[in-house]
Amino acid sequence: MAAGRAIAEPAPLTSSGPKRVDLKTKLLTAFVVCTNVLGNFAMSWGMKHQAVDLGLSPFAYIRLIFTPWVLLGTSLLILWLLSRMTLLGWADLSYVLPMTSIGYVLSAVLGKVFFGEQVTWQRWLGTVFIVAGIIFVGLTSANTTRQEPAR
Amino acid sequence: MKWLMVAIIVGSTVLADLLQSFEMKRHVVAAEDLRPGRLAGMLRGMAQRGPLVLAVFFMAISFFAFMKLLSVADLSFAVPVTAASVALETVLARLVLRENVTALRWAGALCGVATPLISG
Repeated sequence: MAAGRAIAEPAPLTSSGPKRVDLKTKLLTAFVVCTNVLGNFAMSWGMKHQAVDLGLSPFAYIRLIFTPWVLLGTSLLILWLLSRMTLLGWADLSYVLPMTSIGYVLSAVLGKVFFGEQVTWQRWLGTVFIVAGIIFVGLTSANTTRQEPAR
Repeated sequence: MKWLMVAIIVGSTVLADLLQSFEMKRHVVAAEDLRPGRLAGMLRGMAQRGPLVLAVFFMAISFFAFMKLLSVADLSFAVPVTAASVALETVLARLVLRENVTALRWAGALCGVATPLISG
């Protein structure tokens, strides 16, 4: 149970040094990316196939949430929220942000493939910058401030 | 309207992430707690933590602003342009959360800044 747990003792550094990012953190990062990309995709699909003028009425938003694709997208984004919160406990915010930004690239690809969106060369260049950022941050330690998660 | 939504998304995302990172580091979730049978308990525990509830409130603002943005803009615009929050959050991670932001991480954050400037 997470709530109320005392902060664990700092884990000793392994022989591979502080830069090692364990498999668990990598897997959770991949899960966070997948739920985010698929959630945004489902949301976008639902929004584009609903002829609803949202305006500023909250009721229009609530009605929209219960349409199938938006509901699927919302469910995936709830999973994304929970898994990302957990990841933020395991790794630095300044590590998680660039590492999960690969989702921007995947969203651009999905937008082009499934929606036929015009992805200009500027947007593709933007995705190249994101990948470069991921490589830079991937070379650093995941956690510089606190302990490993309790085992 | 498009850029107002982007501003709301970025501002609320920054606040939400800072609050989440701060609180989740105080009480680390173990891998075992991610099993399906324990998720309900994990959710209950999170619902009792003030900073996380506030973070979810800001995320809800960001969520509805994102829905509005998707109704007036392409997905391939909406998602990359909100990456502007990465730079701001990296600065605040250094100043507020006291993270050790190395040169490589600053480089990664700058790449995040470049994205909305190029693709927006």
